[in-house]
Amino acid sequence: MRMHKLLVCSVGFLAYTSFAHAQTPNLGKPIAPSDFAEWDIDIEPDGAGLPAGSGTAAQGAPIFAENCSGCHGNGGKGATTTQSGAPAAPALVTDQKINGVDESTVTIANFWPYATTVFDYIRRAMPWTSPRSLTDDQVYALTAYILAENKLIDPKLVLNAQTLPKVQMPNRNGFLPRFPERMPVN
Amino acid sequence: MPRSSSEASVETVAGNGILHRRALLGRGLAFAGTAGMGAIGLPTAAAADPLTESPWSLAPGDPVPPYQQPSKFAKDVVRTLSNPDFEPRTSQSRTPHHLLDGAVTPNGVFFTIVHDGVPAIDPAQHQLLIHGLVKQPLVFTIDELHRYPMTSRTTFIECGGNSAALFSPQPLQAGVQALHGLASCAEWTGVKLSTLLDETGIDPRATWFVGEGADAPHLSRSVPLSKGLDDAMVVMYQNGEPLMPGNGYPLRLLLPGYEGNMNVKYLRRIKLLTQPQMSFYESKTYTAPLPNGKAYRFYFINEVKSFITRPSPGSDLQQPGFCEISGIAYSGKGRISKVMVSADGGQSWGETALQEPVQSMAFTRFRMPWRWNGGPAVLQSRAWDEGGNVQPTRAEFVAKRGELPSVPPLLAFQNHHFNAVVSWAIDSKGVATHAYA
Repeated sequence: MRMHKLLVCSVGFLAYTSFAHAQTPNLGKPIAPSDFAEWDIDIEPDGAGLPAGSGTAAQGAPIFAENCSGCHGNGGKGATTTQSGAPAAPALVTDQKINGVDESTVTIANFWPYATTVFDYIRRAMPWTSPRSLTDDQVYALTAYILAENKLIDPKLVLNAQTLPKVQMPNRNGFLPRFPERMPVN
Repeated sequence: MPRSSSEASVETVAGNGILHRRALLGRGLAFAGTAGMGAIGLPTAAAADPLTESPWSLAPGDPVPPYQQPSKFAKDVVRTLSNPDFEPRTSQSRTPHHLLDGAVTPNGVFFTIVHDGVPAIDPAQHQLLIHGLVKQPLVFTIDELHRYPMTSRTTFIECGGNSAALFSPQPLQAGVQALHGLASCAEWTGVKLSTLLDETGIDPRATWFVGEGADAPHLSRSVPLSKGLDDAMVVMYQNGEPLMPGNGYPLRLLLPGYEGNMNVKYLRRIKLLTQPQMSFYESKTYTAPLPNGKAYRFYFINEVKSFITRPSPGSDLQQPGFCEISGIAYSGKGRISKVMVSADGGQSWGETALQEPVQSMAFTRFRMPWRWNGGPAVLQSRAWDEGGNVQPTRAEFVAKRGELPSVPPLLAFQNHHFNAVVSWAIDSKGVATHAYA
């Protein structure tokens, strides 16, 4: 018990000193980036994390029809697919305008600030029944399809790690932090 | 018996029968008069029936189970499900605040939101990776995390979409569970994130980290690194037992005071970065469109808030006389310092008794004695925190944040972070309904 308390105290006082290391259990195992590549899936708005590969809207159309339209409707235009009638998957391709403060009317085209989020979210969470089952090329193609159908990119654009972060989303500057003092400053 | 000699000391402190909170303290004041007219004016009922033995007192009881469940007579103290048929959409379950008391939420009725089902994670195979802008990426097993110095703290978690129905331009008729059931409070135990980051080392360029879950959506959220070094924890215990599967078993990120979704469940990865990730859940969901056409993003904090749990719709008054008004207050910025209650729709207020201990960023139970005269009343509560932040009235809130253009479905999330004063109207039968006042 005494040892335990001593340890807690030491951590508290020495946490930010260079020799704190010796005071904590040090049980974590070092790991090389190549050994966590399968987990390292986050994409940042500047394109950091985007993998190799590419895709176009034309390539994305049949992938969408096969993997996505069941919930998101033909062409991503939305569908009621639940027995209860509750909205399940949102429309992905729509000219909906934001109606006042109604968050249910925000869409990729009218609201999402970064196109990288489309790639990131498809790759980590979709399809609903089998996330992480698509190849990176397929995710690029689906991203291109959704952006092109929303008239956010040239339908011929080949999306890849260089072109995707350059896509300008209309509402990029439409946001405020609630507590600016809590936002990190680089 | 004579009336209590101290009757005169239980003064009314606000309109429509709100009594001084002193009436809840020490014996003798409020309850000394047990026959005839009590000290606070409750007419005593007719004489009780004779007492006899009951069947359960005349035979052995049931065997003791390894893990006990609530009494079958408490079968209604359960969560309500938004997606009982498990359709391919998000599932929420809501805490029955009107059937609970105290300041801690039992694990079985702690609210849960999952975006693609509850994962069944084998803790023996679960690992936490910390990498990105660190000196040395490290992987920790759950067994290894159990060998670190542990700390416990009691804190609430509230979904950013809790109370979203109150953005409706008209009051939706529902109870405290449907309207405010996406907030719960527990004692959490685990390891301070700063301890683990000491071991990985931190590249000085890092300003954010991403927390990511092992659930099917691989849910990810960006968090300021300063929060991670301040009071963030990776927790494994909830009210003393392993985390519930719906609350993140075997490991979740705990960010006291911050929006529920940021407290990433099934935590398997932390990556230090120089920028936020702008994940789906922070650049679409959990944003708050504003009347000026902009939207709040990175709201972070659940601001000071309170609501009355009893009486409330579905938990009505039985008869005129004394009753206790009871509810929950909390702030993501610190301790609750004061909760006021009104029975006349906010025209006059009395200060409530706060149940000790009052802990930072935890549910605080407030109680207020009230003598209901059997007439109409509008009950409200309003909370202050130690930083001087005050829960806005609905009018103040709507002036800044707006309200929806039309009445939404009860369980929809058409905006986020509602924390204004809530009103329950009481009619002459004691029935409570949701009102705007």
